[in-house]
Amino acid sequence: MAEGAKLAVDIGGTFTDVVVEWAGQQKSIKVLTTTQAPEEGVIEGVRAVLDTAGVTPESVQLAIHGTTLATNALIERKGAKTALITTDGFRDSIEIAYEHRFDQYDLYMERPPTLTPRHLRFGVPERVAADGSVLMGLDEAALKALIPVLAAENVEALAICFLHSYINADHECRAREILSVGLPDVPITLSSDVCPEIREYDRMSTTCANAYVQPLMAGYLQRLADALEVMGVKCPLLLMMSSGGVTTVETAMANPIRLVESGPAGGAILAQHIAAENGLAKVLSFDMGGTTAKITLIDDQQPQLSRSFEVARMHRFLKGSGLPIRIPVIDMVEIGAGGGSIASLDELNRIFVGPESAGSTPGPACYGQGGTAATVTDADVIIGRIDPMHFAGGKVTLDIDAAAKAVDASIGGALGVSIMAAAAGIDEIVNENMANAARVHAIENGKETHGRTLVAFGGAAPLHAARLAEKLGVERVIVPRGAGVGSAVGFLRAPIGYEVVRTRYMDMRNFDAARINSVFEEMRAEAEAVVRTGAPIGDLTETRTAFMRYRGQGHEITVDLPIRAYQAEDEGMFQNAFDESYKELFSRIIPNLTVEVLTWTLSLSTDPSLPKPVEAPSASAPGVPQGERTVFDAVSGQNVMTPVYSRTSLEPGATLAGPAIIVEDETSTLVTAGFDAAINSLGQIVLTKKGAAS
Amino acid sequence: MSEMDQIRFQVMWNRLLSVVEEQAQTLVRTAFSTSAREAGDVSAGVFDLDGQMLAQAVTGTPGHINSMARAVIHFLKVFPSDTMQEGDTYITNDPWKGTGHLHDFTVVSPTFKDGVMVALFASTSHVVDIGGIGQSPDGKQIYHEGLFIPIMPLATRGVMNEWLLNLVRANVREPVQVEGDIYALAACNETGSRRLLAMMREYDLESLDELGAHIIDTSRVGMEKAINDMPKGSWTHTMRIDGYESPIDLTATLTIGDGEIVVDYTGSSGTSSYGINCPMCYTEAYTAFGVKCVVAPKIPNNAGTLDAIKVTAPENTIVNAPHPHAVVARATIGHMLPDVTFGCLHQAMPDVVPAEGTSNLWTVKLGAGHGMTMTGSNEGTWTPFMVNSFHSGGAGARPRQDGLSATPFPSGVRNVPVEITEAITPVVFWRKEFRQNSGGPGKRRGGLGQTMEISNREAAPFGIFATFERVHYPARGREGGAPGANGRVRLGSGTDLKNKGFQMIPAGDRLIIEMPGGGGYGGAMDRDPESVAADVKSQLISPEAAAADYGVIVSVDGVLDGVATVAKRQST
Repeated sequence: MAEGAKLAVDIGGTFTDVVVEWAGQQKSIKVLTTTQAPEEGVIEGVRAVLDTAGVTPESVQLAIHGTTLATNALIERKGAKTALITTDGFRDSIEIAYEHRFDQYDLYMERPPTLTPRHLRFGVPERVAADGSVLMGLDEAALKALIPVLAAENVEALAICFLHSYINADHECRAREILSVGLPDVPITLSSDVCPEIREYDRMSTTCANAYVQPLMAGYLQRLADALEVMGVKCPLLLMMSSGGVTTVETAMANPIRLVESGPAGGAILAQHIAAENGLAKVLSFDMGGTTAKITLIDDQQPQLSRSFEVARMHRFLKGSGLPIRIPVIDMVEIGAGGGSIASLDELNRIFVGPESAGSTPGPACYGQGGTAATVTDADVIIGRIDPMHFAGGKVTLDIDAAAKAVDASIGGALGVSIMAAAAGIDEIVNENMANAARVHAIENGKETHGRTLVAFGGAAPLHAARLAEKLGVERVIVPRGAGVGSAVGFLRAPIGYEVVRTRYMDMRNFDAARINSVFEEMRAEAEAVVRTGAPIGDLTETRTAFMRYRGQGHEITVDLPIRAYQAEDEGMFQNAFDESYKELFSRIIPNLTVEVLTWTLSLSTDPSLPKPVEAPSASAPGVPQGERTVFDAVSGQNVMTPVYSRTSLEPGATLAGPAIIVEDETSTLVTAGFDAAINSLGQIVLTKKGAAS
Repeated sequence: MSEMDQIRFQVMWNRLLSVVEEQAQTLVRTAFSTSAREAGDVSAGVFDLDGQMLAQAVTGTPGHINSMARAVIHFLKVFPSDTMQEGDTYITNDPWKGTGHLHDFTVVSPTFKDGVMVALFASTSHVVDIGGIGQSPDGKQIYHEGLFIPIMPLATRGVMNEWLLNLVRANVREPVQVEGDIYALAACNETGSRRLLAMMREYDLESLDELGAHIIDTSRVGMEKAINDMPKGSWTHTMRIDGYESPIDLTATLTIGDGEIVVDYTGSSGTSSYGINCPMCYTEAYTAFGVKCVVAPKIPNNAGTLDAIKVTAPENTIVNAPHPHAVVARATIGHMLPDVTFGCLHQAMPDVVPAEGTSNLWTVKLGAGHGMTMTGSNEGTWTPFMVNSFHSGGAGARPRQDGLSATPFPSGVRNVPVEITEAITPVVFWRKEFRQNSGGPGKRRGGLGQTMEISNREAAPFGIFATFERVHYPARGREGGAPGANGRVRLGSGTDLKNKGFQMIPAGDRLIIEMPGGGGYGGAMDRDPESVAADVKSQLISPEAAAADYGVIVSVDGVLDGVATVAKRQST
């Protein structure tokens, strides 16, 4: 019987993916997301997948959930009516932001609207200095006077963010006490809880965003937990966070902002496991769906982590056009490049692809649902990479004529080139966009794309991975099984974990080991309290980092620290650790400059237990093609007769040479002429550049 | 050209833009100077063997757009390409051949493929110090402003010119950081070179000749077409600004001709005795930026686009100040030039350009220490510090939108968080918020300035290095829009401070900086009363200003009195 079944649910904008794993088996299902009451879609999907699998709700021992609901609420500005209480004189910091125009040349640029309008932002006299000392006490009378104002405005959520509260939270805590008495039903977010980190705009933005989504998310999570329990799923529900760890419903309801981007984080966790299964040290996770592509660097089987990202970018994915959120996240670059991305010509007749997407309705022109825009999927159909008769396992027949018409109308005609060349151009440009973004992302992290292995999943990735690899100097590509529900599968591999942060400024000339030790003790206690609610027993893994820089620099680098109590003599160890990290990023160190620490983080998780590398298949044999079709080759500019393989017919050990196409129900893998392919013992497709040392 | 070649050129052009973006990112990540890192005050580009620019990264500063592009030609005059060898790198900070002041270093490196030179990479970055009197406009000659390095080798066949680095280290206040910035410039050119060579290998290219011709020709044709869609003619416009010792008139005549635009600054004021003079290269850069924002904002910058906009000015004017004028604060003039060209373009094409804005940055530069506020007796008791934080007043209203508040234009910088500044200095900011009623009234309201209130936590004085504009002459509106509020700098105890030069804030006193607002667009009486009421509700304007400036009667909590408003507007 199905002892120890594990359930994962990923709510996306269009589909809700549900996966169940039991006794070494896996089943998945996609149902439509029920936006108004998302828990309904989840329950429907769970019921269906458990029925198919023959697993009872009672035997589910682990249920993990990730969702884009918080992200969507921020993008669509559909959160709670939120007020901000801040230090007198600073209520505009949330709007003044970085005093920056994200688009240099656009005279008509608009800043993203704030989550809290100015008439709901209130300054209260009080002031804490950068060292935590109090320059001006909290004016409690002024605070109490706000209660009737907030009540009259029917405020639904409160964000409190005072200057330097990351070092001294007394005023924020006192403000919560006072306001919660007068407004008992209004949830309150403190910046010192959600983001105790220096930089007032980022902290204020994170605090407001948390308050803004909290009523919505808390209500939804409670309803979902209740509905699952009614259904018979008795294990506690756990939530996937953007950091790649999972946490309890209670923690998620208090810090819903940490759920933002939890879906893509699941994808990165999946890629991490594939890296481990294949014993790979340097990986690039490549997730390409209908609207966007996401790329993550995974070194030594650890996804690159970050403490900041931007949500709800308004304008062509431009940096600076969204809301900064400072929470632990798996660092990924998101590009407006997916199967539905729309191609157009600019005033110089240059082909542009994305970030606008035809979405699922009307979708690409070839879907025949009335879409007229030329999309990446249309181009893929025209150049032969997608078989119009066998899309989505043959359930949908694509209209190649509609695709051709759209590509000719948008690109080919104006450019004076054939439909085939225009389609090849769309494909090359979208690949180029992704390659460029990946390279710039790597360089921003002091890394290279060259020499990595690409792990490709999501509906559109296997079609584009080989060409992307060629552009990035990547010699190996792995396409896992069931790539279509990659994020949900990733949830099941994630550890229970939590990360906490403290800003405690320290100039290394005044190194104080005792102070550092007490900060880490405090953080360990906070993290452990959270993690133990989800994992009451078992060993926990701790990691520590310091965000350090040369005095006078504007940005810190992440420096890993050993897990132990520090002594006075450790000053040199900190300096060395900084030097090593700095050198890795920038290839040199600057002697004789003072080093300082701004922020410390501690993360605690259950054992992530990565899999061991698998053995190679015992025997290998050439795969047998099921047919052939004409595919346009971008490198030679020629139509090439290309063998077509069915993925299900390729057993571990099967090999084949590019050019080839491997088809399956959810996607197709393109093996370009520069690559060979083999199936490894886990059934993953491994593309290897011809002539590369394997 | 075959149709696949056409596609390939597009892809390679795309890649070249990514190559220079990676070059620029490498520089930003490794630079030391605040303006480079925080504000993106850097440039990066790739050039053909004739010194024609093929691609340039989009960075925070328009001030380098044409100036760096022209710099490479100056380098090639001193070091012709046939004398360059693999591993060579060249450097200058010549304000007239580089990007306008001694703080900007430009570094140029040739790229070789299989022993043959195929391209040049150039990059520019603003260093934290270059000696002299420091970054203050109080100097009267270029000699006061620091070390001048004519075009010379930085590295020869891969070996750094240690004697030059030694000279730099001996002449600047922050030798380690400045040397680090020079290395960062050289390194980012190497990154660019590596990426270019990878692209040339992928596409099997031996030279950039054909691709370069495609980029330049396509861009030139695009610019010509865009310009030919504009009305032909000549328009003149003058804007008066505060200046240092006396007000300055900036006069431009903009001529839209056959496929080109010429901007001439005849009629502008003579040079200043202080460091706010602008070298021609910097005048060209900001002028071209302003024009390009209107004509073809989306066409990437390269030799083809730059040639379409010609900028001229008589020598010995404030916009074409020759050696040995002091030029360190040339941005005082440069930042104003887009507003002047917009004044011309507005006559040619109504309802396109914004009203005048604060335009020049209100950089808050504070300091305390030896040679500034301290003497031998108090040194050691008080903490010395320097603060250099970029801030902005309001931008001009647009024909169909209000102006952006506390947002820079034309510069593209970012500010430094208050908490960061307070963590590393004894400075305390008591206020940093929108300045009510500072946006110029209009159908579209000008952007608001901001008010900052600053003190020293220690019982010690501190100093301000002021280079503030729009204190005497505000940003004007267009089409009946009113000017934005004038800027003001004063002490908390009441005394007004000057808008230029070093001044002291006594111990215990506060510095209050009220930044200007942007000009309004269209008559204020035509502003939708609901928008006025919303501005009152948000406290961006007071109910009194709503009545006086807009003829709108609205309660303090933003409730519109429609009847009273109609009556009020009829009576005015």
